[in-house]
Amino acid sequence: MIRILGSRLLQKHRTIEYPDGPVPQLSDRYIGRPHIVGHCLQGCTSCRDVCPVNAISLENDDVNLDMGRCLFCGVCAANCDSGVLSFSHNHRLAAARREDLIINRASPVRAEALNLLAQKLFHRSLKLRQVSAGGCNACEMDSNVLTTPAWDMGRFGIQFVASPRHADGLLITGPVSENMRLALEKTYDALLEPRVVIACGSCAVNGGPYADHPEANNGAAAIVPVDLYIPGCPPHPLTILDGLLRFIGIETP
Amino acid sequence: MNDRILHLHNCEAVALAAVPVLDFAVWREALINDIAEGAHLSSLFVYKNETQNFLCTIISIPQSRQLGISSCAIGDSYPALTPECPSAHWFEREIFEKNKIRPEGHPWLKPIRFLPDAENTDHPQIGVTDFFSMHGEEVHEVAVGPVHAGVIEPGHFRFQCHGETVYHLEISLGYQHRGVERAMLGGPHMRSLHYVETLAGDTSAAHTSAYCAIVEALSGSEVPRQAQLIRAIACELERMANHIGDLGGLATDVGFLPTANYCGRIRGDVLNLSALICGNRFGRNLIIPGGVRYAIETERRDVIKSRLGAIEKDLINAVPLMFETPSVITRFDGTGRLSAETAREIGLVGVAARACGLENDVRKDLPYGLYAAEAPEIVFYHNGDCYARGYVRWLEILSSIAYIRRCLEYCDNKEEYFTVCGNVAPEHIAVALTEGWRGEICHVAISDESGNFNLYKITDPSFHNWFGLALALRGQQISDFPLCNKSFSLSYCGHDL
Repeated sequence: MIRILGSRLLQKHRTIEYPDGPVPQLSDRYIGRPHIVGHCLQGCTSCRDVCPVNAISLENDDVNLDMGRCLFCGVCAANCDSGVLSFSHNHRLAAARREDLIINRASPVRAEALNLLAQKLFHRSLKLRQVSAGGCNACEMDSNVLTTPAWDMGRFGIQFVASPRHADGLLITGPVSENMRLALEKTYDALLEPRVVIACGSCAVNGGPYADHPEANNGAAAIVPVDLYIPGCPPHPLTILDGLLRFIGIETP
Repeated sequence: MNDRILHLHNCEAVALAAVPVLDFAVWREALINDIAEGAHLSSLFVYKNETQNFLCTIISIPQSRQLGISSCAIGDSYPALTPECPSAHWFEREIFEKNKIRPEGHPWLKPIRFLPDAENTDHPQIGVTDFFSMHGEEVHEVAVGPVHAGVIEPGHFRFQCHGETVYHLEISLGYQHRGVERAMLGGPHMRSLHYVETLAGDTSAAHTSAYCAIVEALSGSEVPRQAQLIRAIACELERMANHIGDLGGLATDVGFLPTANYCGRIRGDVLNLSALICGNRFGRNLIIPGGVRYAIETERRDVIKSRLGAIEKDLINAVPLMFETPSVITRFDGTGRLSAETAREIGLVGVAARACGLENDVRKDLPYGLYAAEAPEIVFYHNGDCYARGYVRWLEILSSIAYIRRCLEYCDNKEEYFTVCGNVAPEHIAVALTEGWRGEICHVAISDESGNFNLYKITDPSFHNWFGLALALRGQQISDFPLCNKSFSLSYCGHDL
């Protein structure tokens, strides 16, 4: 017992101050929100040509990058010779509407609260049932890490629960493999209203690397209505937490 | 052994024409003998050319540090290997499901992935199968999944119980099937790297290392030493992070909150080291054919060293505590035991095998990359129970820390860390085995006359080990299932592909 108490003293209090304190420092090589400035070289298609998931479209020398499709591999920016496209360290990626994930030169960096209903009903308590529908386990792990002491999303009343009957909503990962379709539908049906759905990760938003696979469904929106989209492969826990907090109406730095 | 089997080294490519094509009876007998003499079945699959199906085997021969390939022509069915060679069990079920070639006399011929089939409405529905069942008074059946209570991937577990005792557990998977092997055909293409990074998303570094070794072997490309160094660091960090997470999970499953909480946090510190190298906590966007995308310069190296030291200190405080607490030992000790004999028979790999005392580790048996120059200390334990599987993880964490430290001394961003790969040689076969954190990973690729893959076969360690979990539950209490499951900690998506 003495050893256990001793270990507790040595491990110290490690929960981050955020959101009451500053954003935790991320790696200098972290690939965050795309940053698009200026106009492209005429006729240049370098970025679009190397994107494995067709996340980039070019219109009149303007780059449009769909964060919902994006795998955040950074190869497009590495191939941009004109300095138009790069990736910032901004972790704020979540959006309530699918179309708000498409970024171009003029897109504002959004920081607003994301869902009025959730803010009203779930501001102090949001219970989520996690469903992995073909997820690779990275989104699952980086969502689950939010329950560990450093992040401790229990501070905000956000918890993963064991049954959809206990839940206010679903946190879905994976492109929705065909073999999980029925299980996802049943889990969603078992939620009582009012209920919300969060699509976490590139697969759940748009199919990820498995976009257009006949074995999967291009993301959660094909099966259930989605209220929050969190892009990334996987999204950094900070991105997920920022999305969840803004969803329930807690301001984040 | 010589003309019945083609020997090659790990991460090597040979002309497809060099693979011996034997008469079925000769091939079957040779395989059964080789396995009986201590070889391990790393892969068994069907290769189709325009006219003919072939059964192909890849075996690992630790005694000679080599792989062996052989094949035979096959029709619609053949006498199953499984009754004499239990480690072929899961492979033969896969062949039946995927290629519709029937292993006659297979004792357990059920689907393993329930492949969705839009054209055939009569195909088996996922989770609906003839589960083996027990009958009698007070016998009951417990079904768990696909959706499980925690934050975890889906799978179905069917227990046959009498009171608290589990007599039989049957595991039915396939829920995570996304069509990876099909999508790899025609590659290497732009998504290939992303498929291998996410086929088992917690094992990105080790699977991607295998894929890159395949492309490098097929294109005759030599990877610079600095890249091998960084790949090894990434793979060992991956091993550490997952082992720490699992030790925390084991602690959670027996209600030992101190270690559960500390490990939950410390795992994040290790992931952040991977992110420091490449921006991604899971080591993605780092390992590419020809080398790596990022170097480790001196300042970064020093930060990694110092953070690694802090992590080590935290771990030494957090983990042995669990292994020495009587209430934990009593739950771990003797639970979910697998004998070394059973482990060998079913072809168990990785941590679970080493916990039974089997001395199998690809880094030692078939060294690749940096491990060929210098291998980490390979650790074993005995007993094959939950305690052993947990303890092997702890020893491996310590071994990885020591190895990473040695590697860091050689980091030099002025050295080459990338080379451009040539074209993939046509009509060749390449095999790459790596030791993922769960165990042996095997990738096999065959190129067509244009240098595109017309076969890409992936075997995750979980493919070998799910059956081990099912056997480990026999005679155990059903309330120990979460603990046993966590002690194996297998991949659902790595199995389902």
